[in-house]
Amino acid sequence: MKNSYNVDKNGFYGDFGGAFIPEMMHANIEELKSKYLKISSEISFKKEFDDLLEKYVGRPTPLYYAKRLSKKYNTKVYLKREDLCHTGAHKINNTIGQILLAKKLGKTRIIAETGAGQHGVATATVCALMGIKCIIYMGEVDISRQAPNVARMKMLGAEVKPAISGSKTLKDATNEAIRDWINNPVDTHYIIGSVVGPHPYPDMVARFQSVIGNEVKKQLKKVEGNENPNYVIACVGGGSNAAGIFYPYLDNEKVKIICVEAAGKGINSGESAATSVLGKEGIIHGSKTLLMQTQDGQITEPYSISAGLDYPGVGPMHANLYKSGRGKFISIEDKDAMEWGLILSRMEGIIPAIETSHAFAVLDKMKFKKTDVIVFNCSGRGDKDLDTYIEYFKL
Amino acid sequence: MNRINKVLNKKREILSIYFTAGFPDLSDTTSIIKSLDNCGVDMIEIGLPFSDPLADGPTIQESSTKALKNGMTTKKLFEQLKGLRKETNIPLIIMGYFNPIMQYGVESFCKDCELAGIDGLIIPDLPVEIYNNNYKTIFEKYNLLNMFLITPQTSDKRIRFIDEISSGFIYMVSSFSITGSVNSFKKEQTKYFERINKMNLSSPLIIGFGISNKQTYLDAIKNSNGAIIGSAFIKHLKKYGVGKVSDFINKIRN
Repeated sequence: MKNSYNVDKNGFYGDFGGAFIPEMMHANIEELKSKYLKISSEISFKKEFDDLLEKYVGRPTPLYYAKRLSKKYNTKVYLKREDLCHTGAHKINNTIGQILLAKKLGKTRIIAETGAGQHGVATATVCALMGIKCIIYMGEVDISRQAPNVARMKMLGAEVKPAISGSKTLKDATNEAIRDWINNPVDTHYIIGSVVGPHPYPDMVARFQSVIGNEVKKQLKKVEGNENPNYVIACVGGGSNAAGIFYPYLDNEKVKIICVEAAGKGINSGESAATSVLGKEGIIHGSKTLLMQTQDGQITEPYSISAGLDYPGVGPMHANLYKSGRGKFISIEDKDAMEWGLILSRMEGIIPAIETSHAFAVLDKMKFKKTDVIVFNCSGRGDKDLDTYIEYFKL
Repeated sequence: MNRINKVLNKKREILSIYFTAGFPDLSDTTSIIKSLDNCGVDMIEIGLPFSDPLADGPTIQESSTKALKNGMTTKKLFEQLKGLRKETNIPLIIMGYFNPIMQYGVESFCKDCELAGIDGLIIPDLPVEIYNNNYKTIFEKYNLLNMFLITPQTSDKRIRFIDEISSGFIYMVSSFSITGSVNSFKKEQTKYFERINKMNLSSPLIIGFGISNKQTYLDAIKNSNGAIIGSAFIKHLKKYGVGKVSDFINKIRN
């Protein structure tokens, strides 16, 4: 049988994935595992999901041909405009899917972790939409540096609980959310925001996000007469926007996959989040994957100027893309990402999230042919990052 | 016979104490073990500190963070345990998360456990199935018992499976809660204890999580072969230091 880069029946992507969870989570994970495919393939579920994506989120998002960028780099550059989704990023595709699933499972309380606050906002939004109680765990450090998103979550009626353990950032918020779930296993669903965590989360989130790639196929067929681009490029923190746009192309090796990681202040600076280079195989948040850790197996704190790429691991799908060579990994430093925030703003009139800016910087790192069709996932808009942009560029 | 099995065969009302290696000070590990042994504790769980202990509560996480800051590592722990077996015969269990063990190398870890006189392991994030398929033979080669957890949500069928592959005791999580969250047991918990006891399992049961004082200890041993205390002991260590270990144990036992 042909090698597949998608998940296998045991929840693994090659050597990565699985569910390395304490017994206290077993019943919940088992319930999800046995029901997520069945529920999400029911016609009524699909109809409600598609309907909300169209009328509430604003899908399909445009596939935009970036004329000036294409001319400058002498190639064909397309942007998948996930920044135009309601709440400003692709994150809501997943939260809509999971809230519908939670309802079908009879859950009455939602918890989530958030780093920069984008997933927290997307979760608070769907909870408001459905009238379900919502608790968001956020590192104490992140709460103070992402004040506008904290305010948005509160306006939407969510309770924001600070994670005060460990390094007080995303990984600790995730630990706290898992602890909450262990303490409240009956009434609560945990909406993980990326393609990380124990199986079936990486696959479930990737499926909900796959709407991105599926739309690209149709849209590209229309404008280029071919649904396959030469390259799909996306930034990778945990990896959900990348998983979403890669999804329909995973096993089509004619389409090259480029994953862009945050190098922070430089790969060897000690302040970086380039997991593919700096990480080793291990276990984080219930999944076997690549993660940044000490020699002794303690998980270390990554750094990136963009809070969304600031995760010490990467989803198991991406770990396998890296190890198998199916995906090419490139790491981009803060300064280049920030520069690309300006370039995209000034050449195309689109202010991107700093996470997203990392992806575009690849244009300076790789050579493309004139006939190449390149699709970037323009995963989020830059409003949330204005303070960082203001401070950096002294605007 | 493994020291754990010996203790399990001999008595009920077992008191097992958990502490984090390298806390409060890096060099406290062996003196804590010896003090616990001297005050008549039956079994000891040595916590191998981890940066992200997601099945543990804030007290154990905090002690782990401190222990790591103090410089505790897996290698260091084995060095500290060297020679200890000449001084004590108490059953010793290492409780740790899987990632540090994986990085050390599972086989090297088990080998060094046996050399240090460790009798068993509790690895909360190593699921039963993965252990059974991949690691059981290695653990057995080095004479290490592996203890599994069950919770109020674990199905009867799964409990039977766990019972079948257990060679030490079954670690019965007292409630839905992570370590250190309750003060007294509720009705549902007692019902759960009764349900499990009616199953007549072949493995002895030891109750852990949420046992913090004499009352919860007495409740626990009424329904099982023994109890494990962790967070409450760590709090005591933090407040009074290693010199006052016996005060804590006496309050539970007398």
